Amino acid sequence: MVEIDLKRVDEIIDRYKGEAGFLIQLLLDLQSEFNWIPREAIARISERTRSPKSHIYRIASFYTAMNLNPVGRHIVQVCLGTACQVRGAPKIMDRIEENLKIKQGATTPDMRFSLRRVNCLGCCAMGPVVVVDGNYHGKVTPATVEDILDQYE
Amino acid sequence: MPLLRSKEDLKELRREITGKRDLNKPYITLCSGTACHATGSDNVAAAIQEELKTQGLTEEVGVRRTGCHGFCERGPIIIIYPEEICYLNVTPEDVPEIISRTIKEKQIIDRLLYLDPNTGERIVHEQDIPFYKYQTRLVFSGNLWVDPKNIEDYIALGGYRALAKALHEKTPEEVLTEVKRANLRGRGGGGFPAGRKWETTRNASGDPKYVIVNCDEGDPGAYMDRSVMEGNPHRVLEGLAIAAYAIGAHIGFIYVRQEYPLAVNNLAIALEQAREYGLLGNDILGSGFEFDVKMHRGAGAFVSGESSALMNAIEGRVGEPRPKYIHTSESGVWDKPSNLNNVETYATVPLILEKGADWFTAIGTEGSKGTKIFSLVGTVNNTGLVEVPMGTTLRDIIYKIGGGIRGGKKFKGVQTGGPSGGIIPEQYLDSPVDFDELTKLSSMMGSGGMIVMDEDTCIVDLARYFVDFLCDESCGKCVPCREGLKRMREILEDIVAGRGKEGDIELLEEIAVVMKNASLCALGTTAANPTLSTIRYFRDEYEAHIKEKRCPALVCKDLISYYIDPEKCIGCLKCLKNCPEGAIEGEKKKTHVIDQSKCVKCGICFDVCPPKVGAVMKISGEPVPPPVAEATREPGGRKRKGGGR
Repeated sequence: MVEIDLKRVDEIIDRYKGEAGFLIQLLLDLQSEFNWIPREAIARISERTRSPKSHIYRIASFYTAMNLNPVGRHIVQVCLGTACQVRGAPKIMDRIEENLKIKQGATTPDMRFSLRRVNCLGCCAMGPVVVVDGNYHGKVTPATVEDILDQYE
Repeated sequence: MPLLRSKEDLKELRREITGKRDLNKPYITLCSGTACHATGSDNVAAAIQEELKTQGLTEEVGVRRTGCHGFCERGPIIIIYPEEICYLNVTPEDVPEIISRTIKEKQIIDRLLYLDPNTGERIVHEQDIPFYKYQTRLVFSGNLWVDPKNIEDYIALGGYRALAKALHEKTPEEVLTEVKRANLRGRGGGGFPAGRKWETTRNASGDPKYVIVNCDEGDPGAYMDRSVMEGNPHRVLEGLAIAAYAIGAHIGFIYVRQEYPLAVNNLAIALEQAREYGLLGNDILGSGFEFDVKMHRGAGAFVSGESSALMNAIEGRVGEPRPKYIHTSESGVWDKPSNLNNVETYATVPLILEKGADWFTAIGTEGSKGTKIFSLVGTVNNTGLVEVPMGTTLRDIIYKIGGGIRGGKKFKGVQTGGPSGGIIPEQYLDSPVDFDELTKLSSMMGSGGMIVMDEDTCIVDLARYFVDFLCDESCGKCVPCREGLKRMREILEDIVAGRGKEGDIELLEEIAVVMKNASLCALGTTAANPTLSTIRYFRDEYEAHIKEKRCPALVCKDLISYYIDPEKCIGCLKCLKNCPEGAIEGEKKKTHVIDQSKCVKCGICFDVCPPKVGAVMKISGEPVPPPVAEATREPGGRKRKGGGR
């Protein structure tokens, strides 16, 4: 089990004291802090903000930006927006799935990569786009996929 | 930092800023929008600083990192003032030469200029490049000059003057009348008149009232709101403040998707600066008007761009729509009157206030006034953001500005309106683009995505793509949308996999009618549009998939095979070495053969086969010819039949 620093969780909760409608913003902050939203953190938020756990889970499971499972060291996002789609993004996704031997949404058993599909990153002019840990790779072809992934250990 | 307490203070500050700026001083502006970030704008910026230091020019040469210029295809873009020399695709390696030759010696470096593919001429100034020449940049114009992190750049260009005019010279009613007279229609997709919406919220009972910016630009293939928000956030803030004044709101929300980190970042800085300068907060510009803005980050849900869903999210609840028996303009966030418009709509407001409704209505068509920014993407030569007057034809946008279809391919269709829109075929290319015309063509304006497709796009697969997208994004609250989309996806997946049956097209149409009539929100009522419009214009492609098990565009994996034409193969080993599955047999200078049982149809062999050779081809709707006999695998000489490449 992954250890969670509850102090960090408390710090994030403190940012939103007394604000109405804070929950989504708080969960987003948690997501960027830990790259996922651990069970312990949800319990803590529920306790401290007096919101039912079910309510927090409902939000965290609704939004694609939030993960309820631990993620790999590197997050690979393949854009499947329409512009990337017509420039061959499906072939890129296939290639990455075959290369990493996982399907989109999953994490490799060695925790090296998590693979996600995104529905448009707004870099349509450079499509197909693959983003790894926030680094944008534009005009990707099936043949260059391997070189990109190799850059991330 | 000056706290502006009157209209004169703003004027004085502007005079001061422009007075300090020497227009003859060499200045480098560097495009730093998201796309240019991705193509290395940060490295170029670092190289510029470094080189100016090395050459001892840090004091003499100004540098500014601006927002997106729109010509993302050719980024990063540098413009050198005062000559306004425009260099494209700049790399850090080009920088020393730019500084020593162009800045110091005033010489132009030809290779970095735009090369007009039609005339073979090099073009020096950005505004002469065809991509820009045929545009009318009003809302987007500031992006070329403004450093979004510096409010003074915006003020120097006359920013916040429209707000000052509204607060000091006009009553809220007069501002409202001006916007109504301008017939500004919502740029987010619906095209509802903004002035009427404002009036509803203004007249609704309930206090406080809210004004909200929708920057949850979820339509795949559209990114103009992102570019305006990250490149010129103060223009949006100014428009929002004017709307708040007209409506009588004192609190605003800006909903930005977190997938746009640069927009979130630049907006946060802009909010901070606007408060420091007294352009947000109590007693704005000494007028007694009070207004402040909160930013809310969206967490990645397409449906949350719908007005009632977005307002649920602002309240911290799941961003799902609710029935709108009462419009959100009367009962929105926390059941209070809430006016929601999109980024571009608000960004247009300062122009209307500044130049007047008459000026605005002189641009555009009868029913759609002003300009619209489109995101011209897909398989077109010049991709990027394009601002044109309403009524410009699709042909002008795609061919004059976009430079036509990539790689000399044939145009097939242009998709507008995102997943709620449709695909417009070639015979309607001369239609003027405005809210009403596109609706007549079974599509819609939407937020301005314009995705161009060439002959290599399979229309059925594209319809499947949109249904799949919406299936993922449907919140599942109402049955017609949730179940209708799933059934449509099943049918379309069957068709592209070669399992289509007679009657499938009719069944799709039937489901579409139910979804349109019975879904809760616009996501569901418009979800079938891409499918319906493709059936309307490309029925023969559906039929080829269903009846002949053939994909005319040679895209659908289950309906195509890759085959190496022994006539053309020169035995270069390229495909063989690149095949990830080891499915290609062959030796140097001997014809290669694909083992169909091993082939996963990734298409790498097709991509790497040298264009001059063109031996790898796709076949659909007919059997793959048997492999040539081992003994005769010498290049050339044989006659074989195959499909088209």
